[in-house]
Amino acid sequence: MILQLVILIVKVILLISLLMLGFAYTTLFERRLLGFFQLRLGPNRVGPFGLMQPLADGLKMALKEDLMPALADKSVFRLAPVFSLFAALCVDAVIPFGAPIHLFGTAISLDIANPSIGLLIAFAFSSLGIYGIVLGGWASQNKYSLLGGIRASAQMISYELAMGLSVMGVLMLAHTASMEGIVLAQKAHGWFFVPEIIPFLIYYITAFAETNRTPFDLPEAESELVAGYHTEYSGFRFAMYYIAEYINMITVSGIAVTLFFGGWLGPSFLPPIIWFLLKVGVSMFVFVWVRATFPRFRYDKLMSFGWKYLVPAALVYFVATAAFVSGVL
Amino acid sequence: MAADKLESTQTEDPSQTMIINMGPQHPSTHGVLRVRLELDGERVVNAEPVIGYLHTGFEKTAENLTYQQCNTITDRLDYLAPMTNNLAYVLAVEKLLNLEVPKRAQYIRVLFAELTRVASHLVWLGTHVMDLGAMSLFFYTMREREVILDLIEDAAGVRMNPSYFRIGGIAYDLPEGFHEKVHAFVKDFPRWMKSYRHLFEGNPLINERLEGIATITQEQALGLSVTGPNLRATGLPLDLRKDEPYSSYDEFDFNVPVRSGADAYARFWVRVDEIYEAMKIIEQAIDKITPTGPYTSSNRKVSLPPREEIYGNMEALIHQFKLVTQGFVVPAGEVYQAVEGPRGEMGFYIVSDGGTKPYRWRARTPSFYNLQTMPLMCKGGLVADVITAIGSIDIMLGDVDK
Repeated sequence: MILQLVILIVKVILLISLLMLGFAYTTLFERRLLGFFQLRLGPNRVGPFGLMQPLADGLKMALKEDLMPALADKSVFRLAPVFSLFAALCVDAVIPFGAPIHLFGTAISLDIANPSIGLLIAFAFSSLGIYGIVLGGWASQNKYSLLGGIRASAQMISYELAMGLSVMGVLMLAHTASMEGIVLAQKAHGWFFVPEIIPFLIYYITAFAETNRTPFDLPEAESELVAGYHTEYSGFRFAMYYIAEYINMITVSGIAVTLFFGGWLGPSFLPPIIWFLLKVGVSMFVFVWVRATFPRFRYDKLMSFGWKYLVPAALVYFVATAAFVSGVL
Repeated sequence: MAADKLESTQTEDPSQTMIINMGPQHPSTHGVLRVRLELDGERVVNAEPVIGYLHTGFEKTAENLTYQQCNTITDRLDYLAPMTNNLAYVLAVEKLLNLEVPKRAQYIRVLFAELTRVASHLVWLGTHVMDLGAMSLFFYTMREREVILDLIEDAAGVRMNPSYFRIGGIAYDLPEGFHEKVHAFVKDFPRWMKSYRHLFEGNPLINERLEGIATITQEQALGLSVTGPNLRATGLPLDLRKDEPYSSYDEFDFNVPVRSGADAYARFWVRVDEIYEAMKIIEQAIDKITPTGPYTSSNRKVSLPPREEIYGNMEALIHQFKLVTQGFVVPAGEVYQAVEGPRGEMGFYIVSDGGTKPYRWRARTPSFYNLQTMPLMCKGGLVADVITAIGSIDIMLGDVDK
């Protein structure tokens, strides 16, 4: 019992450090990659290949003055970024990072928890993250922030529906909502992106919207709303939003890999956790690539795209998968 | 008083709408434009440009400078297209002086005017697409603009405010190897342009942001004195290079791109097509420019004598002294001369009282007139369309505020 508790605490600490490290190096990865796309070098001065850059950035953020608008709703203003970060971190608790390993005579699964409704918990927490953005936009008492917050709420609500529908097929094929169960099911039936390619695309598109990344970065749309919901944030509060955004990217990539690309599965010449991280890395690359290439949607077009195309398509494929699984087709 | 005026422009019940001051510090107002937006949710009820944040008093400054010195001020109006400003100004003074400029100098002027047109359109293309949210194209177009700026630096010695044209011709002859560099640029350019087009041509996200957005009809455009690509996008092929040829433009073969969509999409493509037409003119101009020959008028009352003449000729020395210390006298009268700049009709109205400095120096800058379309374009659109509108009329605040 004590051993279980110790293992759990160690796992939590490891996961959070891993995510923080992942966040830090995702920013470097993104900046170097954008530099590559945009004919510039990107940060390469701090440490070899700029490897110490995230550390310098973090230090700078922590030392910045923490500004707050005089008219801001103080408690909500302080709480909102914490909320965002908390929700972003929690989702990763249910994602299995690798096959269970055997240590101290017990099998240790590489996730914090493996509830039978793992996927639903992941979605529930990622939905909570939106409150941080909406409340932050509202509490700032800034019109740009307000517009950003409104955009965020509308966007998230409409895209989460399509996202939820798109993964239903996987649940039916795997006969379980446990993340580990889904991976094991793919070991038996092959990776789910083959039968579920359209739901995968829908999931991936909505994942961009869910993380507020280009082309769905309307809540912060720097050319329109200056910085959207975090216009008034500075210092470490801003950093929390920033961290939440990047951890969300890692999370949605992790969920995509788990649901559609066999999670940690892969040829045995590399350990499972490396396979998982490699797959997530490819997904991160796509996130950056899209950011370097595409313009932004317009607010109303984004809504109609979500409701008129993504939701019906996901719904149709959901029904088709259901018919297939139940043997009607 | 000013506050009363602002209040009176509120078009709807103030409790129903929200007012946002977009700018003067805003990432996509291209400098220091302030747009007073009245919003109903995300819908724009009214958009009113507030200008003057870059007012520099150029017109008054010019009255205290000699005619040749005024040229340096024109650079700073539309600082992305300094050569066309130079051209409009020197042509105006030359008209007043009734001065003949050698053909070779005219071709060189055409060459540089078109190079700056391409450079200006490249900056517009990059920033406009960046305003729409796609950031990489900006870096690519800036790279190619750099090549043009290098060409300008080769000839004029500076990149941004060259003041290369002089009344009577140009400041210095072209440097050695300049022809080859222009030929190389003309050869490479289509390949670059092709690679950019992959990023925006047929891209549904970009088309969606432009099509049917920020429409100005031909009547509205004419009523507000809109010129340049913005007017040609409404279907009217008005181009001063064709209609009132100056600086031997009638000897060049080029088309005037016209679209009839009258929206941001039409303006976008008119400018992209114009880049190609300008490249055609550049190609012809560099072929017409002989490697050696006169580059400024032989009228020693206006143009500086060459160095070697000064050392051996008393009269040349006197001319040089008089021109440098006092400038030349321009006969009394008034003149208006306009050229087709990248943003529209760039004109100068100059009144001379017979002295060495202009009595009145007035710049007709295209962006000032183009900006007046803001309320028409933005009403009923979304906040994102305001950004599209600002980018699509290609305003230049140095040009607006003067």
